[in-house]
Amino acid sequence: MSSLQSLDVVARSATTLPTPQIRTAAPHVAKLIDESKCIGCKACQVACMNWNDLRDDIGNNVGVYDNPSDLTPSSWTVMKFFEVEPTEGNLEWLIRKDGCMHCEDPGCLKACPSPGAIVKYANGIVDFVSENCIGCGYCVKGCPFDVPRISQKDNKAYKCTLCSDRVSVGLEPACVKTCPTGAISYGTKDDMVAYGNRRAEELKERGHQNAGLYNPEGVGGTHVMYVLKHADKPQLEDLPANPSVSPLVSLWKGTTKPLAVASMLGAMVLGFFHYMKVGPIEEKEKTEKEGA
Amino acid sequence: MARMLQRYSDSERMNHWFIALTFVLAGLSGLAFFHPAFFFFVNLFGGGSWARILHPLLGLLMVAGFALLFAKLWRDNLINAADHEWRKKMGEMLRGNKAAMPPVGKYNFGQKVTFWAMAISLAVLLVTGVMFWRPWFAPLFPIGLLRVAVLLHSIAAVVLILSTIMHVYAAIWVKGTLRAMTRGTVTEGWAQVNHPLWHEQVSKGN
Repeated sequence: MSSLQSLDVVARSATTLPTPQIRTAAPHVAKLIDESKCIGCKACQVACMNWNDLRDDIGNNVGVYDNPSDLTPSSWTVMKFFEVEPTEGNLEWLIRKDGCMHCEDPGCLKACPSPGAIVKYANGIVDFVSENCIGCGYCVKGCPFDVPRISQKDNKAYKCTLCSDRVSVGLEPACVKTCPTGAISYGTKDDMVAYGNRRAEELKERGHQNAGLYNPEGVGGTHVMYVLKHADKPQLEDLPANPSVSPLVSLWKGTTKPLAVASMLGAMVLGFFHYMKVGPIEEKEKTEKEGA
Repeated sequence: MARMLQRYSDSERMNHWFIALTFVLAGLSGLAFFHPAFFFFVNLFGGGSWARILHPLLGLLMVAGFALLFAKLWRDNLINAADHEWRKKMGEMLRGNKAAMPPVGKYNFGQKVTFWAMAISLAVLLVTGVMFWRPWFAPLFPIGLLRVAVLLHSIAAVVLILSTIMHVYAAIWVKGTLRAMTRGTVTEGWAQVNHPLWHEQVSKGN
């Protein structure tokens, strides 16, 4: 999905020079998911299917409310249900709307080898441009949240677009529009951070001492944030505590790249000058001796 | 007319050039995914997706070809005590002072190291490459392990490419070498200069 114009593309996969950086006044946007208001109705899943014209295959019930049980190429958001005991003997039922976090420092974009298959817009949305996707699966390795899914039908990677097509014409994402309890809100990143922090304070007043905003710094912050009741233990809901782009990915698509290219070109240049300096090794002397 | 010595059989030569061809094709398609500067190589294969589809197949062909040659040549490439003498004098070799080098058999230390560097990097490329081969095997492995695999795959590829640059350069540098692979034979003079012990060995056989 790609629906904003080229001036909005501030980062582009497998591209070594900067994309247009002129559009600096575009406000960063964010979606805020307040799990304390979520009732697990899955209207967001339906709205996502509806707006994006996606229909997942009918799957199997796995014994819990999660349906489908995980993100798929056709299910870009999934409600995940967690029965947890944050403190001994204190059962809680937590519900988290899973999907792309739209990292400010996106690991998928860093790992992608195909120029322009993954882009980041000036407003912060990370989008997959399917026509450029070659189906290698590198984005899956780059993502700290295990979000991209590759279709078996067309070998393209898919994920939440944050409804970049709606956002580009001033509409809120489909899931935000449809949420019946107001658990999902959308606005500028600054507003959403302020609102999320305020909500966390309110929750603390009501006895959720560990409530807080999930906007992990390790990936430069995210454009999808959560208000968690147990922000001290995001692992309760399968969220990494301190996500960052894996150092292995940074080594692979960071340090190794220029070093390897330099060593390969260097070896060839070295060979050329070695030949010019030392000259070839020939058998001449020996055969002459033999002849003598 | 210089006497010719048989260095490689026809099957060994064809085997070698099969590896060379598949190396170039697998290498170009693989480099395309490694650095954006090389992405245009995908055009040689019909586009990005086609390069992604073909690369693992080309790689498998290369490994299969190398395995055949490996079976024939590995014994000749075992590193022994004499090689350490040669290694100590490697500086002389690079200065072109061939006369200072201790006599070697079929392969010198440099050739042996190149052989093993290629063998090991191809083994790493095979194992790690199969692991993240989409859509067939990648889903079987956890993402954390696949990250290790892609990193090792690119490092092994760079080692293989550097070894091959050395290998090709040596063939250009040491005159009379190339015909061992294009014709199968070398001149007696070449053998005396570059592989005197091997020369003795094959001369005795005659």
